[in-house]
Amino acid sequence: MKRIAAVVPAYNEEKAIAAVVEDINSAALPEDYAIDVIVVNDCSKDATGEVISKLKCIPLNLPINLGIGGAVQTGFKYAFENNYDFAIQIDGDGQHPASEIQKLIEFQIQNTVDVVIGSRFISKEGFQSSAIRRFGINYFKWLNNLLVGIKVNDSTSGFRLINRNVLEVVSDYYPDEYPEPEAIILYSLNGFKIGEVQVQMKERQGGVSSIGAFSSIYYMFKVSLAIIYTFIRIKFKK
Amino acid sequence: MAKIQIIAIAISLLFLLYIIRLIIKGKLREEYSIVWIVCTIVLIVFSFWRNGLEVMANLLGVYEAPNLIFTGAIFAILIYLLHLSVVISKLQSQNKQLAQDIAMLKEKMEKKN
Repeated sequence: MKRIAAVVPAYNEEKAIAAVVEDINSAALPEDYAIDVIVVNDCSKDATGEVISKLKCIPLNLPINLGIGGAVQTGFKYAFENNYDFAIQIDGDGQHPASEIQKLIEFQIQNTVDVVIGSRFISKEGFQSSAIRRFGINYFKWLNNLLVGIKVNDSTSGFRLINRNVLEVVSDYYPDEYPEPEAIILYSLNGFKIGEVQVQMKERQGGVSSIGAFSSIYYMFKVSLAIIYTFIRIKFKK
Repeated sequence: MAKIQIIAIAISLLFLLYIIRLIIKGKLREEYSIVWIVCTIVLIVFSFWRNGLEVMANLLGVYEAPNLIFTGAIFAILIYLLHLSVVISKLQSQNKQLAQDIAMLKEKMEKKN
């Protein structure tokens, strides 16, 4: 029996979270796999905490707001300490349909990779997000390719499956803000194999993106710096 | 002794007393107080020794003595600000770790009840 921890970071998601948790619990899985939902409530100001306490999930209530990276890492730490075989990050706003979880797991079984990224862009299906966001995604694809020579089509996708070896690394260090593109560098420099599989995503059902329109430039700048720092830090350690 | 010297010495001493009071009350940690005590002592020394600044400027080849103050002070302030940024970064990461541990412990406790 393989145990999967579905880590769902939630900040002010009282409206969407119940449906997300229910979807995951009733999602189809390959044989011999079981999933537990871990909802990390990142000190929400609304009733998210109360809502999740009544759901079929493991609620982790942070006493202060840590931001997306810190919240996700809380779930990863929990999964690592409680001996889960895999963790899968699923956003709390309903963007990542639980019906696609199976695809990630099956890809992992077939290709024995350490990280599986659920990508929107291998072929053009489903919700494709805004032009500026796509520009950013292409930029990170170029930067990642330049530094570590891997091509990830959707480096901002948070919909990812990681195995226990990766869990050990991310329990120790995981980026705070906008963690997704930086995490790819982190994984690849630690020698993990990364695979990508096409999934369909929906438009968010509630809440707002962690990236507003005005912070796009700050986002690109901050993430570029973080990627380069991570690159230098891990290269010099070796 | 000129009036300004007496004023400067008085203010420096008051400042020193205030820092000592903060340490005694536990509002300022000793390691952060060192830099403030050193600054105050420098101020007091130069308040007594009026020509000191000229002497130091000549020694270092600075033509206008007040420029030495600006250069030195700005440099010291920048270094101290950087040090504070390092301290804050450390606090932030410790804070994160504590918050994560609290969240996991709370869950463990609720499961037991």
